Amino acid sequence: MVKMTFVEASREALREMMQADETVWCVGEDLGRGSVFGQYLGLQDEFGPDRVADTPISEAAIMGAAFGAAMVGTRPVVEMRFSDFALCATDELVNQIAKARFMFGGQSRAPMVIRKPIGLWRSSAAQHSQSLESWYVHIPGLVVLCPATPQDNYSMMKAAIRCDDPVVYLEHKNIWGMEGEVDTSLEIELGKAAVRRQGADVTLVSWSDTANLCVQAAKTLAAQGVDAEVIDLRSLWPWDKEAVVSSVRKTGRLVVAHESVAVGGFGAEVVATVVEQAGDALRGPVRRLGAPRSLVAYAPNLEDKMRVTEQMIVTAAKETMGK
Amino acid sequence: MSTADHNTKRGRDLLAMMERIRAFEEQACLAAERDKLVLGAIHPSIGQEGVAAGVMCNFNRDDILLSTHRGHGHTLAKGADPLAMMRELLGREGGCCGGKGGSMHIADFGVGMLGANGVVGANITIAAGAAHGLKLQGSDRVVVDIFGDGAINRGPFLEGVNWASVFDLPILFVCEDNQYSATTKTSSVTGGPGAAARAESLGLRATTVDGNDAEAVADITAEITARIRAGGGPEMLHAITYRRTGHTSFDPAGYRPNGESEHEAKTNDPIARQRAVLAGMGLSTDELDAIHAAAQSEMVQVLADAAATPFPADEMALQDVQDIGSPAQEAY
Repeated sequence: MVKMTFVEASREALREMMQADETVWCVGEDLGRGSVFGQYLGLQDEFGPDRVADTPISEAAIMGAAFGAAMVGTRPVVEMRFSDFALCATDELVNQIAKARFMFGGQSRAPMVIRKPIGLWRSSAAQHSQSLESWYVHIPGLVVLCPATPQDNYSMMKAAIRCDDPVVYLEHKNIWGMEGEVDTSLEIELGKAAVRRQGADVTLVSWSDTANLCVQAAKTLAAQGVDAEVIDLRSLWPWDKEAVVSSVRKTGRLVVAHESVAVGGFGAEVVATVVEQAGDALRGPVRRLGAPRSLVAYAPNLEDKMRVTEQMIVTAAKETMGK
Repeated sequence: MSTADHNTKRGRDLLAMMERIRAFEEQACLAAERDKLVLGAIHPSIGQEGVAAGVMCNFNRDDILLSTHRGHGHTLAKGADPLAMMRELLGREGGCCGGKGGSMHIADFGVGMLGANGVVGANITIAAGAAHGLKLQGSDRVVVDIFGDGAINRGPFLEGVNWASVFDLPILFVCEDNQYSATTKTSSVTGGPGAAARAESLGLRATTVDGNDAEAVADITAEITARIRAGGGPEMLHAITYRRTGHTSFDPAGYRPNGESEHEAKTNDPIARQRAVLAGMGLSTDELDAIHAAAQSEMVQVLADAAATPFPADEMALQDVQDIGSPAQEAY
């Protein structure tokens, strides 16, 4: 076990993958200086400017060129700086990368990891704070990952680079400094959820930093006599329906919590699936927590109005139990 | 082979390729309009064959091509099998893409053709990236990316051409300028002097050529590709031609000045011009007609064979989406 922060974990995984496979390379803005959050610190010194390529501020070209390079046999790791900026490359991701294999009748692969830091990060306002994971889940062809711990960021980054599908890799900006023990030999199968806490009374389903909030909420609930199970999906496509459905069959109660806008969010997919597959097991009302359908403001008190809080999760869990 | 023989052979090859492209697209239009066998849109390049034949004769099978929604000619000239292409247009099993792409998404990775594209200009960044990937791997292969005049007004033109310049990539950008952006005259929606000047402003050498003079296109492309293969970096070829049909085969093109297309057909047809060049080299009318007849009979047979091919199996609708979380494994 090695102690690492969230940002160190994916950086170390990337470094090891680049050492092991010379077709892996990184492409994006300011990578030589580590990029915005230090995700690439030291890598250009180690691997040189060809494999850690500094680019113009050209999101469409970063995404499109990485795709072209993937089709001729390389494995690019693409940096978009903020998930918001990746919207400048939406055609490249949605119309080109996600569709090529199907449209070309299976002739092509796009083994790419597309890194898009997401989430609320104090006073970053409306164009640097979004979590749009549900958009990507809606696009056939993409894999969508949302790691929430250093261990997952390490093991899932490695699995993402090995994957032959295009992977949208969403790291939450709020937890770059989160520390944890990492077992560097641990392999994680993409699509498998983590049961972060076992419990008998209510199932809390979440991902990304909100999963960490659910773990906190579960501790608070335990002190109040409620035994919550926390499922961190980690991967939104594919997602671990079996883990969620079997947990709800055990607890009979469900809360889904995520940071992104509740309307049309992936929480709706989770709830719908549970109702279809384990509706008979539900013993209380389902609760779904997400942001109001508004924009993220700059002022801290307004920004806070977009947050799902630990207290909201605690309250929702108790409501499913009629408390 | 003497220089004269060599010139005659290349001239015949250029004519033969243009005749094959023309015949393929005439059959494709018949399949669409007469036979109702092509259900989606096709975008013919009739009248533009000089660019496809003249450019592509300078590239090898393992070089990389990316093309546009109007890309049948480029793809045939890269060496793709016309029967697989026609099956693709008809949405049939055995099409280049198994009937899942259609005319606008034809790709044949076996001959280095990495895809036509339904989004104008989108291939430019992808092609630059293919060249980037080849350079990273130390390959001596090169990339040719063909796009239309409409594409120079899209952002990916700036981003992709700048990218190729910054990373000094082995790629030829060809702006096949047929003068129309869908149904709008391109000059009416383009600021400044256009494609070549825009490429030059990004540090590329740019050359303008009469795209309906297949010999001139082949000559200039040979010079350019020699420089690119020698490590000279990206270049732009601006080939001026004319789109004789509407935007799609269903478009009557009533927006064009009366007689414009007919005048071009009479005075500036790349096939007629190449026949004249070959007649000047001593080929007889019978020899030239035989090249025409061979292309016609090849493509009539291609359409007949394609039409006799079954549609793909229903389960293909869920195949080749992705490895993990594929719809064949998932309930949704």
